[in-house]
Amino acid sequence: MLSDQDRIFTNLYGILDPGLAGARARGDWDGTASILARGREAIIEEMKASGLRGRGGAGFPTGMKWSFMPKTVGDRPHYLVVNADESEPGTCKDRDILRHDPHKLVEGCLIASFAMGANACYVYMRGEFANEAVAFQKAIDEAYDAGLIGRNACGSGFDFDLYLHRGAGAYICGEETALLESLEGKKGMPRLKPPFPAAVGLYGCPTTVNNVESIAVAPTILRRGAAWFSALGRPKNAGTKLFCISGHVNKPCNVEEELGIPLRELLEKYAGGVRGGWDNLLAVIPGGASVPVLPKSICDTVLMDFDSLREVRSGLGTAAVIVMDKSTDIIKAIARLSAFYKHESCGQCTPCREGTGWMMRVMNRMVQGRAEPDEIDTLEQVTRQVEGHTICALGDAAAWPIQGLIRHFRPVMEERIAAYKAGRTMPMAAE
Amino acid sequence: MTDHSDQPSHFAFDATSEAEIATILAKYPSGKQASGVIPLLYVVQKQMGRLTGSAWVPRVAMDVVAETLGMAPIRVYEVATFYLMFNTAPIGKFHLQVCTTTPCWLRGSDEVVAACRKVTGIKGWKETSEDGLFTMTEVECLGACVNAPLIQVNDDNYEDLDFDSTVALLESLRRGEIPPRGPVNGRQTSAPEGGPTTLTTLNFAKTE
Amino acid sequence: MKVTVDGIEVDVPPGSNVLQACEAAGKEVPRFCYHERLSVAGNCRMCLVEIEKAPPKPFASCAYPAAEGMVVHTDTPMVKKARRGVMEFLLINHPLDCPICDQGGECDLQDQSMGYGGDSSRYEENKRAVKDKYLGPLVKTVMTRCIHCTRCIRFSTEIAGVSEMGATARGESMEVGTYVEKALTSELSGNLIDICPVGALTSKPYAFTARPWELTKTDSVDVLDAVGAAIRVDARGPEVLRVLPRLNEDVNEEWLADKSRFAIDGLRRRRLDSCWVRVDGKLRKASWNEAFAAIAAKIRATTGERIGAVAGELADGESMLALKDLMAGLGSANLDCRQHGEAVAVGRRDFYTFNTSIAGIEEADAILLVGTNPRHEAPLINARIRKRTLAGPVAVAGIGTKCDLTYPVQWLGEGPAALSALGTFGEALAKAKRPMIIVGQGALRRPDGAAVLAACWKLASETGMLTPDWHGFNVLHTAASRVGALDLGFLPEPGGKDLAGMMGGGVDVLWLLGADEFDMGRIGAGTFVVYQGHHGDAGAARADVILPGAAYTEKTGTYVNTEGRVQRTRLATFPPGEAREDWKILRAFSAGFTPLPYDTIEALRARLEQVNPVFARLDLLPRFGCSDHSGPGGEGGLGDAPFAPVIANYYQTDPISRASPTMAECTTTYIAPLAQAAE
Repeated sequence: MLSDQDRIFTNLYGILDPGLAGARARGDWDGTASILARGREAIIEEMKASGLRGRGGAGFPTGMKWSFMPKTVGDRPHYLVVNADESEPGTCKDRDILRHDPHKLVEGCLIASFAMGANACYVYMRGEFANEAVAFQKAIDEAYDAGLIGRNACGSGFDFDLYLHRGAGAYICGEETALLESLEGKKGMPRLKPPFPAAVGLYGCPTTVNNVESIAVAPTILRRGAAWFSALGRPKNAGTKLFCISGHVNKPCNVEEELGIPLRELLEKYAGGVRGGWDNLLAVIPGGASVPVLPKSICDTVLMDFDSLREVRSGLGTAAVIVMDKSTDIIKAIARLSAFYKHESCGQCTPCREGTGWMMRVMNRMVQGRAEPDEIDTLEQVTRQVEGHTICALGDAAAWPIQGLIRHFRPVMEERIAAYKAGRTMPMAAE
Repeated sequence: MTDHSDQPSHFAFDATSEAEIATILAKYPSGKQASGVIPLLYVVQKQMGRLTGSAWVPRVAMDVVAETLGMAPIRVYEVATFYLMFNTAPIGKFHLQVCTTTPCWLRGSDEVVAACRKVTGIKGWKETSEDGLFTMTEVECLGACVNAPLIQVNDDNYEDLDFDSTVALLESLRRGEIPPRGPVNGRQTSAPEGGPTTLTTLNFAKTE
Repeated sequence: MKVTVDGIEVDVPPGSNVLQACEAAGKEVPRFCYHERLSVAGNCRMCLVEIEKAPPKPFASCAYPAAEGMVVHTDTPMVKKARRGVMEFLLINHPLDCPICDQGGECDLQDQSMGYGGDSSRYEENKRAVKDKYLGPLVKTVMTRCIHCTRCIRFSTEIAGVSEMGATARGESMEVGTYVEKALTSELSGNLIDICPVGALTSKPYAFTARPWELTKTDSVDVLDAVGAAIRVDARGPEVLRVLPRLNEDVNEEWLADKSRFAIDGLRRRRLDSCWVRVDGKLRKASWNEAFAAIAAKIRATTGERIGAVAGELADGESMLALKDLMAGLGSANLDCRQHGEAVAVGRRDFYTFNTSIAGIEEADAILLVGTNPRHEAPLINARIRKRTLAGPVAVAGIGTKCDLTYPVQWLGEGPAALSALGTFGEALAKAKRPMIIVGQGALRRPDGAAVLAACWKLASETGMLTPDWHGFNVLHTAASRVGALDLGFLPEPGGKDLAGMMGGGVDVLWLLGADEFDMGRIGAGTFVVYQGHHGDAGAARADVILPGAAYTEKTGTYVNTEGRVQRTRLATFPPGEAREDWKILRAFSAGFTPLPYDTIEALRARLEQVNPVFARLDLLPRFGCSDHSGPGGEGGLGDAPFAPVIANYYQTDPISRASPTMAECTTTYIAPLAQAAE
């Protein structure tokens, strides 16, 4: 079990003062200038060595991402953009950083921006986080007032501006290029790639987009050293991670733990266990809505890290663990996610715009059983027609939950159809 | 698509809004003031709430935003209709944004919806109660899933709800009492019920 | 760059995308959203291909840059399956209303679903229905058919330069339109119909009129302005049902202005389809013989010096030459083609043509507009200037009435004085390598027109617009006939009278060849007027004899556009009733006097070339520079009056568009509110 001394987010629950004084008492802003004094290259190398993988879902190595930025600043300024558009169903970790430990993010923004030659950073926060925005803006203001950011940040000679920008209700803006479009004042429609943001990002300038958690852990990693961080977790899955445990557990909560912790241990140690006991577990979505669901048999042993979950054809995603006990209508649980993706599709490209609606409608019939058995295969094929054919990953995210359902719970779907045909279930009202 | 029935014929920013706009536009590089479109639509919506009690964005205000930012009006219409937090029609005083996405549904959002319907008398989504106090909107995941189920009332989350606590919440709103935001069951934010089981061994200097 | 497509190695220029590489290899790639002249959207996902050594998924070829050594496959099972999948998605919410859809038979969705789609749909749910949108009198919408390719949004924003169309809401609920249900304020809106790959945007006036396979298609050129856009005239039997643009990169690319496209219903109305002779103050129908006899009697009763002719704005070169020759035979020196008293200098051809060429605009780096609103006078030239402004920095300045040209213009002043007070634009000119000036009719239709013309040339000469490999001096005409008329010398012969001199009884017989644009009240009461033309417009109303001629769709006629490009219309339908091709009328009439020395169109064209060799060079226009800086002589000084716009109503500028119900509706929609607002 991770010791409290190795936890990064020491005010996760907001018990202590989130303000600058409290943050300093917890070690934030300690020797920031000396970290900057190491220079851009050294910071990026240290981040690479730490093995930190992006905490927003894709798990791309953070230090490597930083190294993609041009080494020198040319005509176009560089930007760091922090993705605080936390909207993946099940996920509520960045929210706690923003409202309870905001200085970790402010300091991280400074250091990461310095490392990438960016004199300005925008934090794009989902619009619904109205109070979180107030809390985070307060931290920005405090940091400006204390000379930690702004001109000659921390006395380093580096000028740095940090801005908060709020979205207004669009899941797709969590996709990094949609986020940039939105930040530029347009609809959040993902861009075609290439070019990638490191070449052409915000306002056409070199830009790196990182998740809140990835940036917020950076100062601690740089203070305590890459070796410390990489010793935690499992090989290639280094460090600690915020887990969000929701659904049918006795005590839903957020908690910071090492990557690689067994799922069962995570649920039982921190979330009071599955409602009605482990044997009452039906399934778990281990990484937010877009990763495929896992049946109990896999949950018994699976470890919570990028590679372990990939091996069982799911993913760590945002480490948002959605637990479902045996009372759950698993088809309905997934159908609701299909409705989510249909609702959040930006509508730009054909397979997603048309496919998410199609999938949702078939899923809604599957909930009732009002379908033919071979439509399960059709549905599966439709998910394959969406997956990998779209501009961004929302299409994949819409496809995977259904694929997971069919992979692990096909008999439930078939039984539902048979029951409907046999008249065992009263037909529900049409959608 | 556009319903002009409730649309005012005129909109102008008031002094409070103008001050906010100045702060907002200072954030973006020169020539990039289009970045201010979402923030300015918020300013519109807030001003409408402040002045009329209904926080929404009239069409004519979109034109004012376009003018202010030097954008084509259609680009503002696109943004105002793409992002769902902008209300393009008048709403009630309390905007009940009820999350029904899977994590909330697993924890009983159906009960929360039922309670909302019972107290407000609203039948369908996006409808406003007869007394004009409540508008009920089904929203997708609000990002507070370990405190599910929840409602966001205007800007404030009310978390860890069930049928009875939802009824109690709405009734106090109706009386004009605004309960403190957060978990309604006294829980410490996202910590497990009963208190944190981690971060208990650390002793930081007291700062408050 | 070498790219291999399906085993075929092709060499493509750097910056090409994979789709272009596939086309270079002769491989057809289906697409809906991709359009060569619009920004890349990459949203339809139909152009998917497989790329070796890339992740094992299909890539949208329109949006993927080609790279050296890339190996592309367009025909693998993965590609076929992916395209079939996309096609299925496109069709699930597309109505099966092809039998009542005007796009039927020329629909990309229909064609590509045949080529790349499956044979049936697996979609069992209800289809989406979308409310139709209002876009004005020209473009009809059936938005349920929309496949959200966004071509129309990109066209209106990028090419037309009017950011009025967009996609509101999102996902499945996304709807294309203006949101506020307004008529598009573009003179290029008809092109939306062409670029829409499905039947969502179709022609409102043409709705339910014909199927494409019923139409006879005739390649021709437009004459409703002086641009000379390439068109295709689609007719069924005696009726022209629609006009579409043809590709001509040098002139109109693939666009067409709205008047040229939609005024054609004017071809069926107010037509002169028989001869008329005024008897006792009233026009009555007459035979050709009666009409000719009436004219001949008047001509015989007077002398050559008392006869005059005016060529109108739609007149073809053949008939103008025939009229000129006829007049010469009658001993008349009284000719004019200028109905507004505009100044011209004909000492050299480059004094009156658009020498930079339309395509050459794209090379200009500073543009000065003098007394012109190209958006109304030549929408396609305006689109070229806009294209230039989008391509990179270019200084555009204007002298005249301020107007929205769809691109930023630095307005220097309203009248001639601004020609010598260029301010910061002068600095831009000094830095420019390829500056150009466009002199509009608003600068020339005025008493000091000749002086303005001379001053503009002088300015061009002094600001580096005239170099051996760049000719930056341009006159923008509005009349399709004008450059041809000038090339033929349809101007007063030595000692002859101009239009003003023919007014107020200056001649006894006045022959109007489709001339309708000047105030007929100026003609002397005793002047006998012959109107030869195709529409019952101003000239016919004043006429004593009417000779029914042919409209541009009814004859093969030579027109020279403002650039000096010689082009030909072709006969798509026959002239109605008794109407005849105009040169033939003149030839027939001449038989009673000195017969014109040509009996065939070929012989007449030989005579055209004899009069001016430029007529020998059809369609092509070589680029040229200017080494001789000596300019047109301009007498008198510059006046103070501001340059006035020459077109008050873009939609009604000539007898055809004035007869068009569609153009009348456009006038009601677009022009009337402006007039009201001005009151």
